[in-house]
Amino acid sequence: MSVRSAGLEEGKPVPSPAVPIAVGVALLVVVLAIFNPAWSDRWPESWEIPLAAWTTSAFQWLANDLSFGLFTFRNLTRGIAWLLDRPFDLVEGVLFRGFRGLGLGPIPWLALSLALGIAGYRLGGTRLAMLAALGVAYLAIFGVWKDSMRTLSLVAVTVPLAALVGIGLGVLATRKARAEKILQFLFDIMQATPHLAYLGPVAAFFGFGSVPGMIATAIFAMPPMARCTILGIRTVPDSVLEAGVMAGCSPRQLLWRVQLPAAKRTLLVGVNQVIMQTLAMAVIASLIGASGLGHKLLFSLQQLQLGKAIESGVAIVIMAIVLDRLSQAWAKFTPNHLEEEKVWWQRHRALLSVIGTVIVVSLLSMALPFLAKLPKSLTITTAPFWDGGIRWMSKNLFDYLEFLRDDFTLHVLIPLRNFFLWLPWPALAGFVGILAWRIGGTKPMLISLGLLLFILVTGFWVPAMMTLYLTSLAAVICMGLGVPIGIWSARSPSASKVILTICDTLQTFPSFIYLIPVIMLFRVGDLASLVAIIGYAMVPAIRYTNLGLSRVPPSVVEAARASGTAKRQMLFKVKLPMAMPEIMLGLNQTIVLALSMTAITALIGSRDLGQQILKALPDLDTGRGLLAGLCIAAIGLIASQMIESWVKQRKKQLGLSG
Amino acid sequence: MTVKLSCSNLWKVYGPDAASLFDGGGVPSDEVLTSGGYIGAVRNAGFDVEEGEILVLMGLSGSGKSTLLRCLSRLIEPTAGSVCFEGQDITHADEKSLRSLRRHKMGMVFQNFGLLPHRTALQNVVFPLEIQGLPRIVRERKALDLLNLVGLEGRETYYPRELSGGQQQRVGIARSLAVEPDVWLLDEPFSALDPLIRREMQDEFIRLQRSLKKTIVFVTHDFDEAVRLADRIAIMRGGIMVQLGTPEDLVVSPADSYVAEFTKTAPKARLIRARTAMQPLAGFTDIGSDDAVIPADATIEEAAPSVLAGKAQAIVIDDEGHPLGELTRGRVIEILFAPPEAEAAEAAANRDEAAL
Ligand SMILES: Nc1ncnc2c1ncn2[C@@H]1O[C@H](COP(=O)(O)OP(=O)(O)OP(=O)(O)O)[C@@H](O)[C@H]1O
Ligand SMILES: [Mg+2]
Repeated sequence: MSVRSAGLEEGKPVPSPAVPIAVGVALLVVVLAIFNPAWSDRWPESWEIPLAAWTTSAFQWLANDLSFGLFTFRNLTRGIAWLLDRPFDLVEGVLFRGFRGLGLGPIPWLALSLALGIAGYRLGGTRLAMLAALGVAYLAIFGVWKDSMRTLSLVAVTVPLAALVGIGLGVLATRKARAEKILQFLFDIMQATPHLAYLGPVAAFFGFGSVPGMIATAIFAMPPMARCTILGIRTVPDSVLEAGVMAGCSPRQLLWRVQLPAAKRTLLVGVNQVIMQTLAMAVIASLIGASGLGHKLLFSLQQLQLGKAIESGVAIVIMAIVLDRLSQAWAKFTPNHLEEEKVWWQRHRALLSVIGTVIVVSLLSMALPFLAKLPKSLTITTAPFWDGGIRWMSKNLFDYLEFLRDDFTLHVLIPLRNFFLWLPWPALAGFVGILAWRIGGTKPMLISLGLLLFILVTGFWVPAMMTLYLTSLAAVICMGLGVPIGIWSARSPSASKVILTICDTLQTFPSFIYLIPVIMLFRVGDLASLVAIIGYAMVPAIRYTNLGLSRVPPSVVEAARASGTAKRQMLFKVKLPMAMPEIMLGLNQTIVLALSMTAITALIGSRDLGQQILKALPDLDTGRGLLAGLCIAAIGLIASQMIESWVKQRKKQLGLSG
Repeated sequence: MTVKLSCSNLWKVYGPDAASLFDGGGVPSDEVLTSGGYIGAVRNAGFDVEEGEILVLMGLSGSGKSTLLRCLSRLIEPTAGSVCFEGQDITHADEKSLRSLRRHKMGMVFQNFGLLPHRTALQNVVFPLEIQGLPRIVRERKALDLLNLVGLEGRETYYPRELSGGQQQRVGIARSLAVEPDVWLLDEPFSALDPLIRREMQDEFIRLQRSLKKTIVFVTHDFDEAVRLADRIAIMRGGIMVQLGTPEDLVVSPADSYVAEFTKTAPKARLIRARTAMQPLAGFTDIGSDDAVIPADATIEEAAPSVLAGKAQAIVIDDEGHPLGELTRGRVIEILFAPPEAEAAEAAANRDEAAL
């Protein structure tokens, strides 16, 4: 630590960590090779702690035996589930079930399409209106209406729930320093834990079905909302707060009338994130019985009915894009004075026309039932079309692809995998420990080693190595491709626009979706998993590179140009070093995404930690699933705390703030 | 005149456990503050503001003006000392009585306007009245009147981001006046505006104050502004109030070179009064018919034409017409034309020497 800070004060560059690490690890490996003790090959079973079994029993005890006197824990979870089922029932009734007792049908598809179209028009103009209306119409016309509405119900109930809880916790964090510490710590772990790992514990308490799916989804989607709330409240200017206090606000009035409304924009960004996370998780929640498009997709994938899978996948993507664009437009929406001068029915014309449209279309649909529900004869199914395409591809392309796949698997993937599996744990621990120490000093080293130890004692070393092998290879490739693309996009504004739009769109895809094309191209296996992970995790590499380069202060570039720097030198000697902190943050994001996606590739057969989670689900072996998830989080945390500490130092040296 | 607002021995020290510095009842010395890594944002400030008076706080950036101002409304908790409002010690007043004080008796204007971004101009002005719990009709009528008063009719429905800086600050001023406060606190209200608008706003402010007659504490770092508005000016440096006096006091007898530096560019002829510039009458008998007669409170600028035009002496008289002294041509010319720096620097140098 002292070495590092001394270097910093004198503004010396960080000495390259490569040499001492290489020396240290080489020594370690030599020593291990000479003595070759049995414990270095494999962590002895007697050193493992049966944490998984304990956790499982604890969950079982909670779920089955815990009683608070008047009622049991099980009563409590049932009560919560019942409570959450009420709004869910209502929304399902509106969207696709209808209310038999009242003689009311569900909302006609045309009405929903027009309603979202009107909302889109109000928030973002004609283009957004078209996107929203046509998106919804697509769902109806292409015969995925019911499943789409199931998924939409889940989203419609989960988003407000997660948003409210998130805002509540965020407000709490801004008021109590202690609460903030605990919450930030929890959120760090939660956000490093892959989607998949949330399912087990929730299923243990709440069983299987749509409501447990909703609960898991809400828990998963909540942290970004809390973080945005904290950020939003913190960034309300001091003078605005002081104005509130000087007006004589009580703390409660200050919160409701000043802080939250002034932070509205950031809060809405949070809502957008909640929506996207909810959609991503709603698909995965089908593993514990949430119905809807995700369920369809999962089922078709497992049956290898690719055409049907694509059909559901496209529907999910369309829904994601429509919801994303609508909520983004909402976050950017700013009222102006022209609006304020109008009379009330003019100001609320959007809402009024939505209500009007719904009523009119509902009445019309009594006479023309196809406005409410398209009969099968009028819907188009795209599955045969996709199947045809896939068949064509299998016939004409698969031979080559198979060749490629087998070659690559045989000569690259398998040796690499074997290397990771062979790697003695002391060697890896030594490598990680020295790296962490060189980068950040004692504290990151101890944390990293502690996290590695956790993986060892819980007995997940082998699957963890499988995860590490896929994730690190994917991360390397993501950076190798993403950074050049980022550089290219930063050079030309037109390229930048196209690339960033593609990135935006890719980021709205739920992770599940990436499985479809890779199965089409490569069937199952490590290559398929790898490509899916790369597809899902590459966006941050591009984005952050672009961001870092575009944030290089113009004065620096100007100065370098004045001293006659060539274009190439400018990039490598000036811009890239300045952008390096951002790029590394991109790496951090890429690793987190890659880890999460690696877990999901367990669905197409990778034998990593995700597979442990998956296997634990039907057995209700909660401990195993949860701990495997935490092991994934541990790998992510090891990487991110090292990267963050490097970035912090580097930014300080470069004189960049925040 | 009654004292509206006052403070005594007021301290605001930033740093770990700063309150402990005052435990023994003593005050921390400079060495204690610097060696302990403390920041003495306000050090031992004490003054009275009288009803209807404009007191201007001046000083360089970081001299503690804003901190002192905020201590007066207890937006910032003073570390030691006391603040009195209408004779009542509010240093230890509880949240509830503070709230009611702020709801009814104090108004504040901020350098960065502090407008609520989600509310229109009108809704911003209405805000404090809403918190007071006034009925809707009453508060909107009142807010509309205020917006008219500050010249913003027609902009009621504009959001802050749709208004220029000057317009935003007008909203800020209207809002701070909405509760009809007795004490009006302004923290560099015009600093964020460009010079032309600033001047215009100062004129507006003077016009407003003429009819409102509020008790005002006004922070600025611009001496010209201070001179235009102030009854008295307090100059701060490093948290310490170095001098408190009328603009004339500061110009004529700056306490040290720091104050002199501020007053360097001041329009002396407009500030110095005949009473201050006159000399004792030597062997005077009676006011001659040729003599110019100058009221003691006239500024040199006002007196100059008659002094310079008259052939004989210029006699300074008090309200009852008794002669007090003589204003020489040489002195008037000196004040009008002497390089201001030289004089102030000289005076300050003398004073600094005396202080040593
Ligand atoms: N929250 C705080 N913590 C620590 N120090 C502070 C804090 N707020 C103010 N200070 C310090 O107190 C001193 C006085 O600050 P203050 O804002 O009162 O200055 P000012 O005279 O209003 O300056 P300006 O003209 O720039 O507004 C400064 O040195 C400042 O750094
Ligand atoms: Mg200030």
